[in-house]
Amino acid sequence: MRPKLQLLSPELVGRILGEAFELLMNPGVRVGSAVVELLQAAGVEVRVEGDDRVAPLPEALVRRCLASVPRDFYLYNRQGEKAVHYGGDDVHFDPGSCCVQMLDPDTLEARSSETRDLVRIVQVTEMLPQFAAQSTAVVCTDAPSAIGDLYRLLVVLEHSDKPVVTGSFSAAGLEGMIDLLAADCGSREELREQPRAVFDVCPSPPLNWSEFGSHNLLDLARAGVPAELVSMPLAGGTAPVTLAGSVTQHAAESLAGITLHQLAGPGSPIVWGGAPAIFDMRSGGAPMGAVETVMLNMACSEVGKHLGLPTHGYLVATDSKFVDAQAGAESARSAMLGALTGINMISGAGMIESLACFSVEKLVMDAESIASAQRLVRGIEVRGQTLATDMFAETGLSGNFLKLKETRALFRQEQHIPSTVIDRSARGSEPPSDVFSRARTRVDELVSKWRKPPLPEDVRREFQAIVDREADRAGVAAELPGN
Amino acid sequence: MPNQLFGAMRQSIIDGAPDTATELAQQALANGVNPLEAVNEGFAAGITFAGEQFGCGEIFLPDLLASAEAMKAAMSVLEPEMLKRGSQREALGKVVMGTAKGDIHDIGKNLVATILSASGFQIFDLGTSVAPEQFVAKVREVDADIVGVSALLTTTMAGQKAVIEALDRNGLRPRVKAIIGGAAVTSKWAAEIGADGYSRNAIDALELAKNLMSQVTNKGTALT
Repeated sequence: MRPKLQLLSPELVGRILGEAFELLMNPGVRVGSAVVELLQAAGVEVRVEGDDRVAPLPEALVRRCLASVPRDFYLYNRQGEKAVHYGGDDVHFDPGSCCVQMLDPDTLEARSSETRDLVRIVQVTEMLPQFAAQSTAVVCTDAPSAIGDLYRLLVVLEHSDKPVVTGSFSAAGLEGMIDLLAADCGSREELREQPRAVFDVCPSPPLNWSEFGSHNLLDLARAGVPAELVSMPLAGGTAPVTLAGSVTQHAAESLAGITLHQLAGPGSPIVWGGAPAIFDMRSGGAPMGAVETVMLNMACSEVGKHLGLPTHGYLVATDSKFVDAQAGAESARSAMLGALTGINMISGAGMIESLACFSVEKLVMDAESIASAQRLVRGIEVRGQTLATDMFAETGLSGNFLKLKETRALFRQEQHIPSTVIDRSARGSEPPSDVFSRARTRVDELVSKWRKPPLPEDVRREFQAIVDREADRAGVAAELPGN
Repeated sequence: MPNQLFGAMRQSIIDGAPDTATELAQQALANGVNPLEAVNEGFAAGITFAGEQFGCGEIFLPDLLASAEAMKAAMSVLEPEMLKRGSQREALGKVVMGTAKGDIHDIGKNLVATILSASGFQIFDLGTSVAPEQFVAKVREVDADIVGVSALLTTTMAGQKAVIEALDRNGLRPRVKAIIGGAAVTSKWAAEIGADGYSRNAIDALELAKNLMSQVTNKGTALT
């Protein structure tokens, strides 16, 4: 039996969706100009209120759009193998994204993130089986910001074979990124057939699919490249203070996103995702480590599951500024709870300071929490004909289980063997080390074992041509930092 | 009697009770209390206290906002009368505010505007996704002392730099002080782009604005 946690009763899910549908009609949803024609063609009367375009979305239309969303889909690695299953209760993890700060392990200060940091994050992520996908984790502040989104993806593709969770910074940026992925797998058709990446697309709370967000949904739907909705209500700040109220707003924003997306490309893959959080009543920030933030992610995902959709959440992050006890506690418990909810993709590992900063040392520490969570959801399995009596038949009362062939055959399945980041050793003559110093050593080990994936010369040339073209379009020099 | 009234005024702000604050302001006018005195001795003392309480973690943002709203309610009763008497409360300074171009997240900017306004600053709020030229035009139009640019997204933080550059290009600094804020903004970023200040929250922003105003005022003396 796979252990599973649920926070919402079926009745409450029904009420959440009921009120979400009400919100979609009144007050309606702000939308970008890009989708107005599409909505009008579907019979929606888009009204102009000041500078805004507001669309009431009737339940029948939304339900029709929901019906065309694929119930599951896969992301593929560079070798063309299925690597991430978005659907059911399968759980995967990827590093968080996307900040502009990196924790310097020597000074313990945050500094601007650069190409070398993203490369290091990608190398470590590539080496850790806990991460099914890469993410375009940090902005490289040493590259031209006008093509910063494209450049991040380029760096990841050059250093990894895994699927990628990414996103664009502008409507124009998306096209170049899709071209890059198409070049990597052969063509736009092949990308549609076997997508390697999913793109995060964010509405702005409350109930606003801005010009940029609307545009991205349309372009992704038409290209058939998976989209991941990242609605982020802040309970009490940009959304109702009650958790149930914020889950309702999340549902309304996500349903609106699905409607725009499916109208543009029926059957195109899309994920019911999000980064909901509470609003901190002291700092005005979004505390990612708060248990209520975790509860919001769990509940939002449950609503998505009720609708039969692939899901995503934002967990395994911390509000601490260091890789300390708070970071460990907050990240580990949210990894566990997210996994027990069966969220298909859980982003956030490696992030500190409420998503403002990345630490690659925390990434390897989080990998241990994730491994524990993955072990937990495998549950307690029955192996063999009997649970214990056959083994006792062999040992009698000697207690000598260590030499049993079953022990040797099964201990790797029964126990997760942690890396050296986790200290279980007996006290020796050396002074004990703390988790941060062990994590630093582990990062160095992983980076030294990493090998750059071979990239065919023609693909490399095509990458360069796309970067040149996009740099030209953005009016910046295509001279990029070496990586 | 006035002392008791001033005490009640102060309390209405601390309680975040706009209706009570309005009534007390009306009562003060009916009883011939000097409106400027009512502000300084009564209501403003309340907002100062609420700010201090917030600063030491005794009250929270919703409480502070309610206090600011109550302050606004009292001022809307007293201001017309002060105007009539020519005894207007002197603004602590003129602040032009907005979010950076491309950024529509305004919760932080609104908080700062509310707190500064309640504390006696005159606010010119340009709203969201404001182009550098709009900041420059407004600064010129109202002869602002401070410009505040907010950015939530790491991708729009560059817009803060653009505003500061535009102010420089138009020769408006150092006369006008530029301050920035936002979730991902740090004092390091502020220094990097040549901002005059940064604060983590609305109450710190109030302190920052007050400090900068003393520089703005002192500058005149220094020049003579």
